[in-house]
Amino acid sequence: MDFSLTDEQNMFRDLFRDFAEKEVAKLAEHIDRSEEPPLDLFRKAAAQGFFGAPIPEAYGGVGIDWQSYCMLAEELSKHCLSTAITIGLHTSLAALSILDAGSEEQKQNYLPSMAAAEMIGAFALTEPDAGSDPGSMSTLAEKIGDGYRLNGTKSWVSNGGIAGVFVVFAATDPKARHKGLTAFIVEKDTPGLTLGYREPTMGLRGLDIRTMYFEDCIVPEANRLGAENGGWPIILRAFDRVRLTLAAVSLGAAEASLALGVTFAAERKQFGTQIAHKQAIQNYVADAAVDIEALRGLVRHAAWLADTGQDFGRAASMAKYFGARAAQNIANKMLQTHGGYGFSDEYAISRYYRDVRALRVLGGTDEIQRYVVARAAFEEKGIRIQP
Amino acid sequence: MNYDLPPEYTALRRMMREFCEEEIKPAAKRIDHSGQVPREMLQRLGELGFLGVPFPRQYGGMGAGEIGYCILMEELNRASPSVATIVGAHIGIGVMSLYLDGSKTLQDKYMPDLCSGKKICAFALTEPNAGSDAAAIQMRATLEGDSYFLDGQKMWITNGPIADVINVLALTDPALGARGGATVFAVEREWEGYSTGKPERKMGLHGSPTSLLNFDNVRVPKENIVGQLGLGFVTFMKTLDIGRVSLGAATLGGAQAALEACVRWARTRSQFGRQIAHMQSVQFIVADMAAEIEALRALVYRTAWLVDTGRPFIKEAGMCKLLGSETASRCIDRAVQIHGALGLSRDFPLERAFRDARISEIFEGTNEIQRIVIASELMQEVGVRLRP
Repeated sequence: MDFSLTDEQNMFRDLFRDFAEKEVAKLAEHIDRSEEPPLDLFRKAAAQGFFGAPIPEAYGGVGIDWQSYCMLAEELSKHCLSTAITIGLHTSLAALSILDAGSEEQKQNYLPSMAAAEMIGAFALTEPDAGSDPGSMSTLAEKIGDGYRLNGTKSWVSNGGIAGVFVVFAATDPKARHKGLTAFIVEKDTPGLTLGYREPTMGLRGLDIRTMYFEDCIVPEANRLGAENGGWPIILRAFDRVRLTLAAVSLGAAEASLALGVTFAAERKQFGTQIAHKQAIQNYVADAAVDIEALRGLVRHAAWLADTGQDFGRAASMAKYFGARAAQNIANKMLQTHGGYGFSDEYAISRYYRDVRALRVLGGTDEIQRYVVARAAFEEKGIRIQP
Repeated sequence: MNYDLPPEYTALRRMMREFCEEEIKPAAKRIDHSGQVPREMLQRLGELGFLGVPFPRQYGGMGAGEIGYCILMEELNRASPSVATIVGAHIGIGVMSLYLDGSKTLQDKYMPDLCSGKKICAFALTEPNAGSDAAAIQMRATLEGDSYFLDGQKMWITNGPIADVINVLALTDPALGARGGATVFAVEREWEGYSTGKPERKMGLHGSPTSLLNFDNVRVPKENIVGQLGLGFVTFMKTLDIGRVSLGAATLGGAQAALEACVRWARTRSQFGRQIAHMQSVQFIVADMAAEIEALRALVYRTAWLVDTGRPFIKEAGMCKLLGSETASRCIDRAVQIHGALGLSRDFPLERAFRDARISEIFEGTNEIQRIVIASELMQEVGVRLRP
């Protein structure tokens, strides 16, 4: 057992932290108010390698390990969850799915421009009637000649409005449900693909979330990702990755919220003393710190499993579930510590409070994470549970 | 024991429900998005007599007491927490301090117009350095001849930008401090030296305006003292005690609306081939919500009954606010969860409910203060006097 970070991991963390403090922090409030994804900031981040952090150097990335990649998500989310999640979903869902299942040609074609943020990635899976249950999707991909014709609607596609490339899932064998899904790489300007409504959301207002329409959208066979009807395992592995990424985002958000609360409590005086001297406040702070260290343990452990080639799905679900709840509880208690100031848009804690709420829904709801964890527990007894 | 409400209360609830469903609920989204104060709605509420629900008829009120007032707040908050907050600050703490301790002259002068909605009232206690520690106020009132001159600043004042009559606490004897040296004054908006700041930008309650109040040597005639000279802190604390009951009622309405949304959605939404109503995760959430809401309802209306029958109610009032705000936040949070991504969309009412509900755990005494109130009452029963 060795819990220390390597010199290289420490170096990466310092680099991420430095960038987040210098470049991201100053923009966070503006991003929330304007609801605009900060494209200039993305270009700067890409120049540092942050859009291709875990992508191998051969494909234009940096090739860092999961431990370091999680720290990138953590450091970014300490200042702006929208930015952390834009980069996290681009990388963990879109780019790493292409790395995971793509042909050599597809990897050469897409990964370098994705790592450079010339093409931001998005993952089009959810549909209006297929949220927690993606196996029930109704977008169809019909085989025609040397390609496929896609028809259907995708909703809640994060990065939708800024993406250059989409990893899209559609049913090639609808009767087979999840076993009949296929993944495709679809570029933004493909005829038949239309971007729709941008969702107005409570938090994560810098994240561009769209509805997308496919109307006789022709995708060449060369852009099929993996085998026909082979989409489901690609989805499951993407889920594992995004859950670990979002757990790291939760960790950063929780740490930032705690820091805001502690700073406020150290300055605010009531009853003749700093409120830091009130036990009620001390208890909020202590509980938050305990949750944060437990969450860090979960994230580091899951990242270690991933880095050593072990199955990290259950660990990622646990970290994501625990992390999303911890981040919400901590933002809530630190908002409470701010009193009336916490309800004001002038104080950052209210933005964290709105932003973190999405973590319990995005990338698989709490309920789905608990299903994954329970499924693993019952599998050991030979029982296969259904959601 | 008799849990049946007299028919006049049932009629009041029916009237309120109809008004809210027809006139307020359809406007709730617009009120939130535009951040505009729904003045026409306040006027209608006034015309219908709803702005004087708890007060006796001789003051222009409806005479429905605390129980009637809780019904009003429960129904209003089901429809729009912004409107409920304006009304709650107006009736529950604003006019209430005049009603509890104001002279007959002051009551006759202001209450009829306030009950009819011709004028809107605010309650001004909080200052930049006096939040939970309300006794730390610094605003001064200096006697010169027959008038007091008010100097200082109040902040986070609900209805600040729209109030015509402001009940404000100021130090008349700084040496004695707030306890014994503070007095409540009724100030009119037009008086020279009085001004309000820009409405605050808040996470929720976008239709309920909150602002700073500036008092720059505002002359207030002696007869506008509310209650007794030097005992203003007591008047304000009494007002806050009673206000906590109706705030609990408001949170009850918010929690109930969330439960109803969950039950409807569980019927509409299908995943994994069946309505999500058939998922135990969803069933247990709605069961817990319903149980917590019924407990809150019992507490709120029993406490309102304690108020109306002249019994001690301070501890229970703190409980109404504490349990109510936390129950509402928890229920609305669960409702957001059951709705998934739609719960976070500004196109749907739950997102607004989530933002609007949060302040109930903070304003009119943070929940930490409520816990101190409840603990102080309990400890007093065994002879221990607590200091916060």
